[in-house]
Amino acid sequence: MVPTPATSDAALNGLDDGQVLRIRNDFPILDQMVNGRPLVYLDSGATSQNPRSVMEAEQEYYEMRNAAVHRGAHHLAVHATDAFEEARAAVAGFIGASEEEVVWTANATAGLNLLAYSFSNASTGEVSAASRRFALGIGDEVLVTEMEHHANLIPWQELCRRTGATLKFIPIEDDGTLRLEELPRLLSGRTRVVSFTHASNVLGTINPVQQLVAAAREVGALVVLDACQSAPHLTLDVKALDVDFAVFSGHKMLAPTGIGVLYGKKALLDAMPPFMTGGSMITTVTMESANYLPAPQRFEAGTQPISQAVALAAAVNYLTETGMDRIARWESFLGQRLVAGLSAIDGVRVLGPAAGQERVGLASFDVAGVHAHDVGQYLDSVGIAVRVGHHCAQPLHRRLGLTASTRASTYLYNTTAEVDQFLEAVAQVRPYFGAVTMGAGK
Amino acid sequence: MSELDAMYQQLILEHAKTRSGGDLPPAAAAVAPAEPGVGQSHQLNPVCGDEITLRLELDRSGTLVSVKDVSWAGDGCAISMASASILSELSEGMTPAELGSVITVFRELMRSRGRLEADEEVLGDAAALAGVAKYPARVKCAMLAWVAAEDALHQAVAAEAS
Repeated sequence: MVPTPATSDAALNGLDDGQVLRIRNDFPILDQMVNGRPLVYLDSGATSQNPRSVMEAEQEYYEMRNAAVHRGAHHLAVHATDAFEEARAAVAGFIGASEEEVVWTANATAGLNLLAYSFSNASTGEVSAASRRFALGIGDEVLVTEMEHHANLIPWQELCRRTGATLKFIPIEDDGTLRLEELPRLLSGRTRVVSFTHASNVLGTINPVQQLVAAAREVGALVVLDACQSAPHLTLDVKALDVDFAVFSGHKMLAPTGIGVLYGKKALLDAMPPFMTGGSMITTVTMESANYLPAPQRFEAGTQPISQAVALAAAVNYLTETGMDRIARWESFLGQRLVAGLSAIDGVRVLGPAAGQERVGLASFDVAGVHAHDVGQYLDSVGIAVRVGHHCAQPLHRRLGLTASTRASTYLYNTTAEVDQFLEAVAQVRPYFGAVTMGAGK
Repeated sequence: MSELDAMYQQLILEHAKTRSGGDLPPAAAAVAPAEPGVGQSHQLNPVCGDEITLRLELDRSGTLVSVKDVSWAGDGCAISMASASILSELSEGMTPAELGSVITVFRELMRSRGRLEADEEVLGDAAALAGVAKYPARVKCAMLAWVAAEDALHQAVAAEAS
C-alpha cells in the first residue's frame, strides 16, 4: 500500500550526497526558492518535512477508506479500522514494541501529560489496587534532568504540585552531558519516576539510557523516555532499552502534525487509570460508573487521528526502507561537520558535546554580540531556515548563561553542500552586524 | 537596499550598541517604584525569552507635565534593543498625551505589514524601524519597549491623578 522511497536499492552502508539528492526528490517542499536562494531547511528538529508517499497515504485514506474506526460494520468502517490498526502495528514494529503497547496521542507533549495525569488520577480518590503503584504523595520524588524540553518538565512539575511529591533534577556538565556521579544523591526508594530525554533537542547529547535505566531499576522507579529527537534519527528499540514508557511525535519524523505515540509496557498500561475518558475506551457503562478497555484503547477516548496514524505508518515505512542505521550515520556525519565548522568561526560558541564527541545531527550555538533572532534573520535572508530562541528549554539556557541560541538541525534530506552553505553564512553574521561590543553590556 | 538591510539600517545597529537609556540598574528594575509620577513595566517576549524593564518618570515642575526620563534594563535582539534606545531618546520632553499618540502611530506602523509609510516628523529615529513591519515574526521585538512604555506611562499618569 505504501510506496517505497527511491533509495531502497541503495547500498547498505551510510548514505552519500548522491543518494540524498535522490531522497530530496521525494520531498516537494524542499524544491523552492526563499529570498532568491534555494531553500536550505535546517529546522527538522522543530518539525520535519513530509515525503510524497506520506502525503499520498493520507490522501488515499480519505479518498478510499475514511470512516469512524472500531464501530459500525459497514465496508468503509472495516477498511478504516484495518488501516488504523495496521498503522499501529507498523509503528510498533518500528520501535520493537507489540501493537497493544502503542497508544496514539496528539504528540509527545500529549503523551507525557497522559502519563502525568494518569499518575495523578492514581493518586487521588478511590483507585483500584493495581493503580496504586502509580500513586504519588508527599515524600515521593520525580527525577528529570536539567536539559529537558519544557514538555518533559512542566507536566512533572504540575504532577508534583498536585500530589505533594518533590521534583528533582540531574544537573549537567558544561559540555552538555549529565552529571551521573550525582545519581546516588538523587535516587532513593522515594524516587517513583525517572523521566529524561534520549537525545537533547538543544545540545544534541545522546544520554546513556542503559545506565539511567539500571540506576532507576535499583530503586524501583518507573522510567519514561522522551524519544522526540531519537525516534526520527536513530534505531529506537524500546525493549532493548528496557524503558517503561517512551513518547515521540510524528511530525518530527516525516509525518503530519496531530499524531504521536506513547509506548508503555502492556502490564503497566493496563494497570494505569485512564486520563481522557469518553467513547471508544469502555466495556460497560451505567449511569453511575464505567469499566474500561485494556490498553491501548483505554487511553484513546473519542475519535482518533486516523489519517494521521496512517500517514505516520507510511513515514516509518519510508524511514525503514531508507534504513535507520544509514540515516543515523549520515546525520552523525552532518552533525560533526556542523560542530567542526561552527567551532572554527570566530566568536561562535557551540553548545553541548565538543567536536568529535557523540551527538545527533544538530548543533545549537551562540554568536558573540549577536542575538539569536538576528542570526536567524540573517540566515533567512539567504534562504536558510534554522530555529532561534530558547527551544522550549529555558532552564537549560539559563544554566548555559544564555537566554536564546540558534539551532541547525539536519535530517536524511540534508546534503553536505547545505551544511557548508550554512557555515559560510554563519561566518558572515558578525561582520554584517559589526559585532564587537553589541550585547557586551550584560 | 535589500529588505534585510532595510531592517538593519546603520542607525538601528548604532542604537542597538549605544542603548540610550539602557542604564537602569538591574537592582532598581527588580523593585517597582512607589513614587508619584513614576511608572515601571516589565515586558517579556515568551517566544525568545527577551525581556525589558522600563521606568518612566514625569517632570511635574513646569506648567505642563512632561516625560523627564525613560530608562530601562533589558536583554534582547538588535531590533528590541535599538527600539528601546530610540524610544528613550524620543520620549524625553513629550507630554503624556504626545507620547501616547506617538506609541499609537508606531504600533499602527508595525502592524501595517509594510503598507504604511513611516512619518519621520512624528516618529523621528523610530521611522527607521519601518522595515521591521515586513517581518511579522519580528514586530514583537520592536514593540517590546513601546508596550512597556505605554504601561509605565499609564501608571505614572494614574499616580499623578490620585
